[in-house]
Amino acid sequence: MSASNLHMYVMAAPLLSAFFVNLLGRMSKAWVSGLTLGSLAFSSVASLLLLGKVMSSGGFSYTVGNWVPPFGIELIVDHLSALMLVLISVVALFASISALKSVERELPGREHLFFTLYLILIAGLMGLVLTGDAFNLYVLLEITSITTYGLIAMGRGRAPLASFNYIIMGSIGACFYLLGVGYLYLMTGTLNMADIASILPQMDGGAAIATALAFMLVGLWIKMALFPLHGWLPNAYSLAPTGAGLIVAPLMTKVTIYLMLRVMFSIFSPDYLFIANPLVQSGIVWVAALAIVCASSLALAQRNLKRMLTYIIVAEVGYMVGGAWLANSIGMTGAVLHIVNDALMTLCLFLAAAAILYRTGSLDFIHLQGIFRKMPITMAAFTVGAFAMIGVPPTAGFFSKWYLILGGIEAGQWAYVIALLFSSLVNAVLFFRIIEIGYFFKEGEHHDHTPRNEAPLAMQVPLVITAVALIVIGLGSGPLVEHIIKLALPAGF
Amino acid sequence: MDGTLGIIVAKYNYWIYVILMMIGFYAMIGKRNLVKKLIGMNIFQTAIILMFVSSGVKHGAQIPILNKYEVIKHGVDATGVVNPLPHVLMLTAIVVSVSITGVALAILLRIYRQYGTLEEDEILEKLG
Repeated sequence: MSASNLHMYVMAAPLLSAFFVNLLGRMSKAWVSGLTLGSLAFSSVASLLLLGKVMSSGGFSYTVGNWVPPFGIELIVDHLSALMLVLISVVALFASISALKSVERELPGREHLFFTLYLILIAGLMGLVLTGDAFNLYVLLEITSITTYGLIAMGRGRAPLASFNYIIMGSIGACFYLLGVGYLYLMTGTLNMADIASILPQMDGGAAIATALAFMLVGLWIKMALFPLHGWLPNAYSLAPTGAGLIVAPLMTKVTIYLMLRVMFSIFSPDYLFIANPLVQSGIVWVAALAIVCASSLALAQRNLKRMLTYIIVAEVGYMVGGAWLANSIGMTGAVLHIVNDALMTLCLFLAAAAILYRTGSLDFIHLQGIFRKMPITMAAFTVGAFAMIGVPPTAGFFSKWYLILGGIEAGQWAYVIALLFSSLVNAVLFFRIIEIGYFFKEGEHHDHTPRNEAPLAMQVPLVITAVALIVIGLGSGPLVEHIIKLALPAGF
Repeated sequence: MDGTLGIIVAKYNYWIYVILMMIGFYAMIGKRNLVKKLIGMNIFQTAIILMFVSSGVKHGAQIPILNKYEVIKHGVDATGVVNPLPHVLMLTAIVVSVSITGVALAILLRIYRQYGTLEEDEILEKLG
């Protein structure tokens, strides 16, 4: 095993085991859990090694099949993509431990099909993070989307309808992105991101280049569900099988935000984005602020835990898009740090929701009464996740929000700062309402009679680890920013 | 031919791409039948394929299949062959489009079995 191929092993492990899960999983269910956990654990270890290597000796680029870029497809391993690889593989590993349990309950006899799609989705996400080629990015984007469509459609009731709406919206998004790539190809004659970036400043592209940027951004915004384009997300994510929600909710939107950063800074430059078009820049921050306020308000109207969480995801997308477009290094640091934190916070809350659903069978607020007595460990972890979402120190959520607010103040974007504070308040209301409901009991029920009925160990262990990780990462955000994220920021910051 | 008409005729393939795209977009947003929405999506994707393939065209150029010995001797005359790269890219895009259509059709089948109809408003009515 050569060390320069580490990132290939990270990506190949889930992709190859996906096929074996499908083949061998038909014969025995033991293969499904063994292969899934084994390959994801392997990926996690390999990606941690890769991050260590990048931190000690810097990033590198890799040419697949020895075709020299810009003709061949180039994979880029730098601080940012190595960090994202670690995030994806670790989140996928923890989510899969819990997902194995809930899929066994919800989709009996179809575990091998579910985990085939699940592993291909993870391989696709890893490919998205690594690729340095604009067209390859489109193909991988569709690989992740198609697997997600399938996973969501495996849910019960209205899930196929939600999945079909997602297909229509997702395809429009991907087609817009492809159109943007087409315009760039027409203007520059190349598809390699670094090559496009080197050609663009020398040419007077004018309207065509601006159109390309607009198409690519709108396409990605549809995929990441930025507020006015978010219509598909709440239904799709809340109706998906629990196991699918566990992986899709923490990772899909966050990886798409990473892609937006790649398009913004690997293809275009801060000069082009921020200095040449200040109106566009502040306009997008305004849209992000609006997204945060509206999505938080919509979350208030929900009466189901999972639906409420999906609207919070939409609000969080606004945080990161706004942070990336603040055009200063503090805002960018906050956006990148929030990608990591938000993935873990969302994972923590969805794991808790999965555990509650496994025991009580419903996530409607009415059925959550007395849940603290029934599942104390699960709810303790849920509370940590909720505090992180609100932004209570020392949980991870506080620090990234702090960076975002400081960045907003430095850029003078007061609407964005107010939106962030408003959303924190709304999150506090949302989660304290659930905590309050959880402490109350049904009428006529005395608390001695509520039996303690915790979720199975396989669902508790990842949940508790994630909750602890939220605090550890919160306390360690200084070194994390200093040694990784500062180096991951694009040139020009 | 001069003026606007000249611009339209000279670049007619790009105008067709825009019109096709708008037809597809309208079908996806405006139609209530789910299969029509899916067909709209296919038209939308086909429009993009037309755009890409148009960009590879050169007037009077040959297909990009060359004699190896000729190329070794004289090199490639880039103006003599059309640009093959957009075609290759679009092969991949067609594969993507076919797989999305396949997944969507499978999901539509499930929806039909569940609700007995593919009209969006009738399904919403049944859901209450």
